[in-house]
Amino acid sequence: MNDIRKELTRRILIIDGAMGTMIQRHKLTEADYRGERFKDWPSDLKGNNDLLCLTQPGIIEGIHREYLDAGADIIETNTFNSQFVSLADYHMESLAYEINLEAARIARRAADSYTTKDPSKPRFVAGAIGPMNKTLSLSPDVNNPGFRGLLWDEAVEAYYEQVKGLVEGGVDLLLVETIFDTLNAKAAIYAIKKYFQDSKTPELPVMISGTITDASGRTLSGQTLEAFYISVMHARPLSVGLNCALGASEMRSHIEELSEIASCFTSAYPNAGLPNAMGEYDEQPEQTAHFLEDWAKEGFVNIVGGCCGTTPEHIRHIAEHVKHFKPRQLPVVETALEA
Amino acid sequence: MSTIRPYLRLAGLEPLVVRPETNFVNIGERTNVTGSKKFARLIRENKYEEALSVARQQVENGAQILDVNMDDALLDGVQAMTTFLNLLQSEPDIARIPIMIDSSKFEIIQAGLKCVQGKCIVNSISMKEGVEKFIREANICKMFGAAVVVMAFDENGQADTLQRRVDICTKAYEILTKEVGFDPQDIIFDPNIFAIATGLEEHNNYAVDFIEATRIIKQRMPLAKISGGVSNLSFSFRGNDHVREAMHSVFLLHAIRAGMDMGIVNAGQLVVYDEIEPSLRQLCEDVILNRNNDNNESTEKLIAFAETVKAKGREIIKDEAWRNEPVEARLTHSLINGITEYIDIDTEEARKKYPRPLDVIEGPLMDGMNVVGDLFGAGKMFLPQVVKSARVMKKSVAWLTPFIEEEKLANPAAEQGSVPKVLLATVKGDVHDIGKNIVGVVLGCNGYDIVDLGVMVPTDKILDTAIREKADIIGLSGLITPSLDEMVHVAHEMKRRGMQQPLLIGGATTSRMHTAVKIAQQYDNGVVHVLDASRSVTVVSSLLSNDQKPKFLEDISREYGKLREDFNRKKTIKQYLSFEEAQKNRVNIDWKGYEPVAPQFTGTRLFENVNLEDLAPYIDWAPFFIAWELGGRFPQLLDDDVIGKEARKLYADANKLLQQIIAEKWLTARGVIGFFPAHTDARDTITVTQPPTADGKSQTIHLQTLRQQIKKAAGQPNFSLADFIAPEASGKKDFLGAFSVTIQGIEPYIKRFQDNHDDYNKIMLQALADRLAEALAEWLHEKVRKEYWGYAKDEKLSNEELIKETYVGIRPAPGYPACPDHTEKYKLFELLGGEKTTGIHLTESLAMYPASSVCGWYFSHPQSQYFGVGKIKQDQLEDYAGRKKMPLEEVTRWLRPILEDEA
Repeated sequence: MNDIRKELTRRILIIDGAMGTMIQRHKLTEADYRGERFKDWPSDLKGNNDLLCLTQPGIIEGIHREYLDAGADIIETNTFNSQFVSLADYHMESLAYEINLEAARIARRAADSYTTKDPSKPRFVAGAIGPMNKTLSLSPDVNNPGFRGLLWDEAVEAYYEQVKGLVEGGVDLLLVETIFDTLNAKAAIYAIKKYFQDSKTPELPVMISGTITDASGRTLSGQTLEAFYISVMHARPLSVGLNCALGASEMRSHIEELSEIASCFTSAYPNAGLPNAMGEYDEQPEQTAHFLEDWAKEGFVNIVGGCCGTTPEHIRHIAEHVKHFKPRQLPVVETALEA
Repeated sequence: MSTIRPYLRLAGLEPLVVRPETNFVNIGERTNVTGSKKFARLIRENKYEEALSVARQQVENGAQILDVNMDDALLDGVQAMTTFLNLLQSEPDIARIPIMIDSSKFEIIQAGLKCVQGKCIVNSISMKEGVEKFIREANICKMFGAAVVVMAFDENGQADTLQRRVDICTKAYEILTKEVGFDPQDIIFDPNIFAIATGLEEHNNYAVDFIEATRIIKQRMPLAKISGGVSNLSFSFRGNDHVREAMHSVFLLHAIRAGMDMGIVNAGQLVVYDEIEPSLRQLCEDVILNRNNDNNESTEKLIAFAETVKAKGREIIKDEAWRNEPVEARLTHSLINGITEYIDIDTEEARKKYPRPLDVIEGPLMDGMNVVGDLFGAGKMFLPQVVKSARVMKKSVAWLTPFIEEEKLANPAAEQGSVPKVLLATVKGDVHDIGKNIVGVVLGCNGYDIVDLGVMVPTDKILDTAIREKADIIGLSGLITPSLDEMVHVAHEMKRRGMQQPLLIGGATTSRMHTAVKIAQQYDNGVVHVLDASRSVTVVSSLLSNDQKPKFLEDISREYGKLREDFNRKKTIKQYLSFEEAQKNRVNIDWKGYEPVAPQFTGTRLFENVNLEDLAPYIDWAPFFIAWELGGRFPQLLDDDVIGKEARKLYADANKLLQQIIAEKWLTARGVIGFFPAHTDARDTITVTQPPTADGKSQTIHLQTLRQQIKKAAGQPNFSLADFIAPEASGKKDFLGAFSVTIQGIEPYIKRFQDNHDDYNKIMLQALADRLAEALAEWLHEKVRKEYWGYAKDEKLSNEELIKETYVGIRPAPGYPACPDHTEKYKLFELLGGEKTTGIHLTESLAMYPASSVCGWYFSHPQSQYFGVGKIKQDQLEDYAGRKKMPLEEVTRWLRPILEDEA
């Protein structure tokens, strides 16, 4: 396998853009989501984007290829919600492992064909591990703040199975992303460590990406950026960064702060601006790219890309704009106090 | 390139980084069932709320880490730890600090780790039951990302000599760093603090041993930390807090010098070393350092002393030292801290000291206000504080005014100073002025003379006054969309009259984009959009400086030019449907399978004098704080590390005033609701039937709705409110509701505050009245859903859910996104019985007076939802004008903000 660390010291790597936005463009129907295999499934399946890895693998691979064409170095598997806690929405708990396995294989296939074409630009597959639809730190019942809709052990078990599927499907990296409750992320980190301990296989690099939800500069679960970083440092991540919720313009000060405190590589993949009144993202590719170019110039980032609302066009512009800039240099991590 | 240093980093909601220069870190000890009887009782009796207040007290008293221990034979420790920590996570004022999970049972520690998102400390693990178990537990702690306290304990027992303390810690360090892979800075040693002065001579050197062990461990392992449970030390003096506190303080002084980093202490009960009475301090020194202690001599002396003292309570003395400062410093102190108590006597003293009364204003008062302005600009003061400062300033000026007048009479030629003048007004047709008042206060604080023309000010009056008063700047404010047009008009008139003053634009409905595209092009001498009060100062000072002004206006002009370009470019990007296509893509409601619920009555019902006390729980506080420029989520913002302190003060003041408003019945709450048979037709018209009048005739009123025209994703409808009412053809008998609420009687109190130079309470009262109006709307809507219309009889929603609008049915307001046409308000008020019944007057711009009023429609269908119409195209506009029987130009004027080709 190619060494992503080596690539990261050479250049700013590009991670892909939104999967959901691209799936929407296909205007899939309920029947498309079901495919032949789930045509009699008792509940609605439209909107279960991760399921498309099983029912429409061609579409998913096509989207990966569009992003690879646009210049993405890292593509994310289509597995944002693929653990049994979130899949319970569709009564598909039992499919979690299979979806992750297939998703990883699809992305692997796409990435490898590009790496083969141009070995000087190796492409990497990141197994996407989303935040779950339930949180460990927040009560779903305002009248009972001590109540939890999800327990730690359950979360660890769900993430463990997801990690197993992703790793066995051949991903290069694991990406814990869109973290709005740090405790969920800690459960994911715990599951990752446990999986590699149990399977006695070498640990894959882990990318961590948190989400600052509003102008308060905190995560949804209330942590400041630095508190968040401190709370996930033990993952010894390849990179730490931010994605989602904010557009690049709102994310700038946070990524700047992170670039100062992080001892590992940094990543940032913002939304295409803030949604307009219709809930649509209308920041144009060149606008997003201008913001990210500024970050590259300032030396804030090692990995950039896009989240909600971004498209291959955005990624193409971003890749074009940042390619002349040097990646952020890793800070010196001291292991002794100054005399 | 930056450098990351090897510091111990912990986190709750906020980070705690222990640096070499960090002072001793206090770990709160009262949330420990083994150490606090009170806490143990609360937990045993399941009084978790009260138990949380123990934690809160620790934080308020300065604890930087919270130790939580549930080791009690009578408790299910795992469950108690889980319950308490889960509850604690939803208290941001406590959860902001890191947690130390304290237990001798590892399963309780693990249970605790599963609840906390931040980076915790585990207290503790040790080699007590062998190295293997130690490694296993350390590895689990590492997987949770926790730092660990390692007790100096091994299979042979607890280390009680210097040598064993050092040996065990050294061995543990080797194992943790080399075998488990711990970062050395995440290791905290507890080399055992034991009780001294017990009477047993072998205990006398325990404190010395701890201090020495600390010194040696820190030399050998400089990144590791040292902690300990301090109160053990004085165990033999139980019941005598005075002596215990002195012992702790003396012990800590020596231990910290030796390198102790943190300790478990009662954060509220540490005395300052220098404040211990010298005789007691000396005795403590001897006992702790084991000096002069042959045959327990020092110990006996301390015991004898202890019997002579009773624990003394500490009293809180108000710090009045600033009263001894010179008068100028006192005035500044009062201004910065918003203290009105002494302002009259201090002002009088200054008046006598300075040659002329005006010199007091231009000298010490302005100097003080400049400090306030600087602190505000630097983000060290917040808006509520600044408004309080202004109150002090105004009181001082009021004291001086009669003297100034007197002087003017005596010497009319005397120069009266010239301060730049800013004229402020809310434009014609608009009644909202909270934001404008705040801008006035903030600018006033920065030394500008404010001419405030109030609300609903016609253009001519604004411009005439500006000329007469020689205003240097004109500022316009507006909250409702028609005010945008009015501002364009003012700008246009300014150009026509050849005026020179820059024009500032502000208020909730205004935007940089609208200012750039619509207003700036009307007037050439500077039009600037000001986002909020805090920006107004820099904008005004730039505009008034001859050096800065040209560059500032040039920058603005370039920026606005770019915005206009963006705007023009963007226009072509969006795709729209033809109105006909949009109408076909309506919300698909299965009317056959739906039976509309009939309300209890048709016609209207009036609610007079709704009890304000009932409304208070329905208040949504977040917008209140936004009005004061303290944004964020409520109640989390109360604990924000930047604005939290001021937000809490403001919240306390607001609640105090609210209680007074309620108790003294300052305001009256009035609401009207009505239900009417209704149906729609294919042309997006809702036809409403009024109840028959005395002569048996029933009138119909046609409401016109607007439809989204932007091209939606497949399967997404183009919403119109008409979609939520049953079509005539369906044969179903459906209904539409309407409501208005208003808060009356504010005027005399506003005047009273104004006469008292109290902008702080004036703005507070206005903001509260707005909140009460919204609360009344919420309260009434709930009654409608559960009772009067009764389509959601079983609904049980918390206030938070109400604010999030999770209820069934909607209550959109004319002039807002789902129905942006303000003129439909005429029909709404006609249905509700007009000004007489509603108590609300509509201005020519269709703003409601009293300003604290809300109105809207009720829709009950479960599929009805809030949406924004967004921009519409010419074809819909023309159709709409035809349906409304209103001239196209007039409709265009009212709907300009949503026309696709407009800003």
